[in-house]
Amino acid sequence: MINYTITQAAELLHKKQISAVELTKEYLQNIANTENRVHAFTQLNEKQALDSAQHADQKLHNGSANKLTGIPIAIKDIMNTVDWRTTCSSKMLENYQSVYDATCISKLKERGMVIVGKTNMDEFAMGSSTETSAFFKTFNPWNLEYVPGGSSGGSAACIAANQAICSLGTDTGGSIRQPASFCSVTGFKPTYGRVSRYGVVAFASSLDQVGTFTKDAHDAAILLEALCGADSKDSTSAKQAVPAFSQDLRDGVRGLRIGVPKEYFAQGINPQVESLVRKAVQELQNHGAIVKEISLPNTKYALAVYYIIAPSEASANLARFDGVKYGLRADGNDMWQVIEKTRGQGFGDEVLRRIMIGTYALSAGYYDAWYLKAQKVRTLIKAEFTDAFKEVDIICAPTAPVLPFKSGEKIDDPLAMYLADICTIPINIAGLPGMSIPCGFANGLPVGLQIIGRPFDEQTILNTAHTYQKLTSFHKEQPKL
Amino acid sequence: MQLSKEDVLRVAKLARLDLDEQEIERFQSQLSNILHHFSVLSEVDTAGIAPTSQPFDTKNIMRKDLTASSLPTAQILLNAPDLQDDSFKVKAVME
Repeated sequence: MINYTITQAAELLHKKQISAVELTKEYLQNIANTENRVHAFTQLNEKQALDSAQHADQKLHNGSANKLTGIPIAIKDIMNTVDWRTTCSSKMLENYQSVYDATCISKLKERGMVIVGKTNMDEFAMGSSTETSAFFKTFNPWNLEYVPGGSSGGSAACIAANQAICSLGTDTGGSIRQPASFCSVTGFKPTYGRVSRYGVVAFASSLDQVGTFTKDAHDAAILLEALCGADSKDSTSAKQAVPAFSQDLRDGVRGLRIGVPKEYFAQGINPQVESLVRKAVQELQNHGAIVKEISLPNTKYALAVYYIIAPSEASANLARFDGVKYGLRADGNDMWQVIEKTRGQGFGDEVLRRIMIGTYALSAGYYDAWYLKAQKVRTLIKAEFTDAFKEVDIICAPTAPVLPFKSGEKIDDPLAMYLADICTIPINIAGLPGMSIPCGFANGLPVGLQIIGRPFDEQTILNTAHTYQKLTSFHKEQPKL
Repeated sequence: MQLSKEDVLRVAKLARLDLDEQEIERFQSQLSNILHHFSVLSEVDTAGIAPTSQPFDTKNIMRKDLTASSLPTAQILLNAPDLQDDSFKVKAVME
């Protein structure tokens, strides 16, 4: 089975050793060989993919190509993509045709990337295992009895299974980093506001961010360069200049101050996860990094803060699904009954639960005690990170406190599922950039190292990850499928 | 933290969700359990702390008020569950 990085494939394409059509056909073949076991995609469209590949070949011939031209990519099914449906893995949007391209999609199309498919996810990005998809479950390529993580589980699994070279996901509380960890791929969530969210279906608008799944940190740098930047169509997008991440990529961590927060190794962490993550930090220390234990005592409140704020924002964002202008419409006797039945039938259990929590937290008499309180504790959590980054340049922690779990194991216990995100959630609360890279295996299941940076300092994270990946080869290991 | 059945029905009404008896029962116990866990926040001293509604201090973003093209009507109506002429068709709002 072929297995290229963006860099490797781009070199072959530019040297004309392979055409974009041939490369796309190779990946479509990989998909054909594995998809009946992995179930990463909600939609595949060979014709669409080959048409884009042909267009990429023209660019490669007429000299207008770049590093991303002709590279096969998969897209989380939450981003509006013309010629494809945008389903959010929900019955509510099962037949929704994208009317325009999300800004992140236009950027990929302009560069001549080849979209091979749209990937399965937890319904409306609410979940940590890709089991809340209304269509089907996605399975972990490393062991098909296990979940791939979530919510961007399809986007992570398809990279582990070599069904595409890279993919896009979204991360509201860990939905890129946690599945990247579970599937042993490189996942990057940029700083809040770095990538435009125009055309990306909103979940929790003060937390959502678009990011990448790749084979390594170098590929992440290349893809992020293309995605980041201000967008007049998204007023929350950041105006900060976007560095040339891949050009500026440095190998070496001498003198880098790494903070290791003790709360992320607290009670409940799997000892094998702890040991592999500490070993990874040790590796960086052996090569000149200065490692320091730090304390972020408000970490213990992050889960509660997140699961009040995110559902509150979701309850407002998902109010638009009323069956009037698009999406599912149920039958009813009058307009209100149509709306109530549409929403009751169109949303799955986890989405209903979150709308209920959010509506409760925002409702009269409860707002101050729940929503406003959570927003105040958010201030404290954010301030704690600001203080920590006065003493360290980067923070290293586990991506998830647990190993990938078995399909079905946690689906009936929402609170147990929420705990899988306990190490990634605080980073969204503070709006920081974060990354997960493979750092080993326990019982044949992947473990991820999380690297967290200062706002808009994606470069230091990428440099740290790149250094680690030069020293280790966990990111090159392949599942036997 | 124990939600009553009436609490669940009140919230479902506010959120315009039609739930069946089983869902109401299930959510009553699950939401009670979740909220019980989150009530841990009440122990945090937040006196004098300002709330954070977004990670960074983005202020209002202004632009010139210029006319620009918008999506064609056919595209806007592409996903409509029901149509009449160039309009979305719904059940009567008022009697």
